Amino acid sequence: MKILVCISRTPDTTTKIAFTENNTKFDTSGVQWIINPYDEWYALVRAIELKEADPSVVIHLITVGGQDTEAIIRKALALGGDEAIRVNAESHDSFFIASQIAAVARNGGYDLIFTGKETIDYNGAAVGGMVAELLDWPYINQATRFELKGNTAQITREMEGGAEEYEAPLPLVVSCQKGMAEQRIPNMKGIMSARTKPLKVIEPAAADVLTAVSRFDLPPPKAGVKLVAPDQVDELVRLLHEEAKVI
Amino acid sequence: MSVLAFVDTAEGKIKKGSLEALSYASQLAGVLNTRSEALVIGETQEDLTQLGKYGIAKVYHVQNAPSVFDSQLYTKIAADAVSAAGAKVLVFPGTSNGKALAPRLSAKLKAGMVSGVVQLPELNNGFAVKRSVFSGKAFSDVAILTDIKLIVLNPNAWPVSSGEGSAEVIAVQTAHASSALKLLNTSRTSGKVPLTEAEIVVSAGRGMKGPENWGIVEELADVLNAALACSRPVADAHWRPHNEHVGQTGIAIAPNLYIAIGISGAIQHLAGVNRSKTIVVINKDPEAPFFKAADYGIVGDAFEVVPKLTAALKKFKGLS
Repeated sequence: MKILVCISRTPDTTTKIAFTENNTKFDTSGVQWIINPYDEWYALVRAIELKEADPSVVIHLITVGGQDTEAIIRKALALGGDEAIRVNAESHDSFFIASQIAAVARNGGYDLIFTGKETIDYNGAAVGGMVAELLDWPYINQATRFELKGNTAQITREMEGGAEEYEAPLPLVVSCQKGMAEQRIPNMKGIMSARTKPLKVIEPAAADVLTAVSRFDLPPPKAGVKLVAPDQVDELVRLLHEEAKVI
Repeated sequence: MSVLAFVDTAEGKIKKGSLEALSYASQLAGVLNTRSEALVIGETQEDLTQLGKYGIAKVYHVQNAPSVFDSQLYTKIAADAVSAAGAKVLVFPGTSNGKALAPRLSAKLKAGMVSGVVQLPELNNGFAVKRSVFSGKAFSDVAILTDIKLIVLNPNAWPVSSGEGSAEVIAVQTAHASSALKLLNTSRTSGKVPLTEAEIVVSAGRGMKGPENWGIVEELADVLNAALACSRPVADAHWRPHNEHVGQTGIAIAPNLYIAIGISGAIQHLAGVNRSKTIVVINKDPEAPFFKAADYGIVGDAFEVVPKLTAALKKFKGLS
């Protein structure tokens, strides 16, 4: 059993979002980078749990990014995983990233590819599905539970107003969300061993660029809160009805 | 050429997000001076001629497709439909199935896709779409560079608009009729409004002190016909189920009205709810950061304010 876990670097969840170069680039100055939480807490930790249950499981991590993403990959390796692959390229769009992952997966002999449900920066929720299509594998998104049963997998996915439980053949791509696993903190042994785990750097495969970001904008600031006294709830009901027109 | 909307269904019933996609597709078709069409895959009990009310001229109904949603199979079916319809713009609802199907189809057709879309495209200089990024903290204009273009809407970002009309329904048979997936079980949170589709959401946090105190929150939600939500600490402490957790790592929602009770409003929580049209915050701490993101606020004890608000709403709705 060989699992490829897709790791993306995102700004920390408390980052104040700002843009530079005439609103065409995300301002990375002072940004604390983290592993995308969906990739870390759910995709990677679930893969590690599968390896703990069956030590013959091999976990590879993959990321697409420049050398400055290596700190994040080492952090992921400190949680677990046997080796990592960095595709040495700045990502253009989801399709470019998916093309790189598919190129690695195509000859890698993987049974499973795990991704997070989405990244918390671009929220595209696109890479997993694109990788699955490029490989012509089945794809289950927004999974909250994943169990291996021999050569098939049982997966629960949560969606609008309910949940579905599937049985799917391998190889398979799964995007993971809350429920799959519990967040972990790397231990000292993991941090020490991560330094010596293999990190292979490869050059990108050719891929079409299908989209281009032209500019960013911040939402207009809120007008400011209108406070209502605790004994004036009738006034709040009136405001919601007459002013906000939401009830 | 046409604009083709994918109609996502659950057990044969059309989801609210699909109506948003149909409305968006028809508006866009108007701007592009073409027609809007719809694709329905699998059995449905709905009268598909009624999609004409949302401006749809023609519905392709793939009747013999398996009703189990299989993105691999549905991609093949959808690609056939795109070519049969000569569709140039494909519109998907921001539902779970929409988010599984659109990227696959994008990769299959080598056609650019933008998700989280909140507006009609800007057509003056190419085809640029405004989308939500950084978990609702910013917007980005993205140009789609390919001939065929895929748009995935942000849930609740586009209003459903309906009028008069009847659509022509074309029955389609597909050769892609067997799925590698087996659907073992389906469970619905029955009788309740799905959180991501709810117009009104009532949410509570650690300020409620314990799960045994949720009664007053539920009563407020009942009178408003609202969905229930909670903050991350509440879900992590197992006071409430994980599927009620809204925030950056939970579910992102965009209701018309979001009422937050006893939630301080950490930036991670705001990231999941900041697309709500109106935010009401009830918190006894006047320094709670949530008040900065709110439209209306009450500084007060939830255990006193919430039952009063429920009573006032009952009176307003003529329920008492």
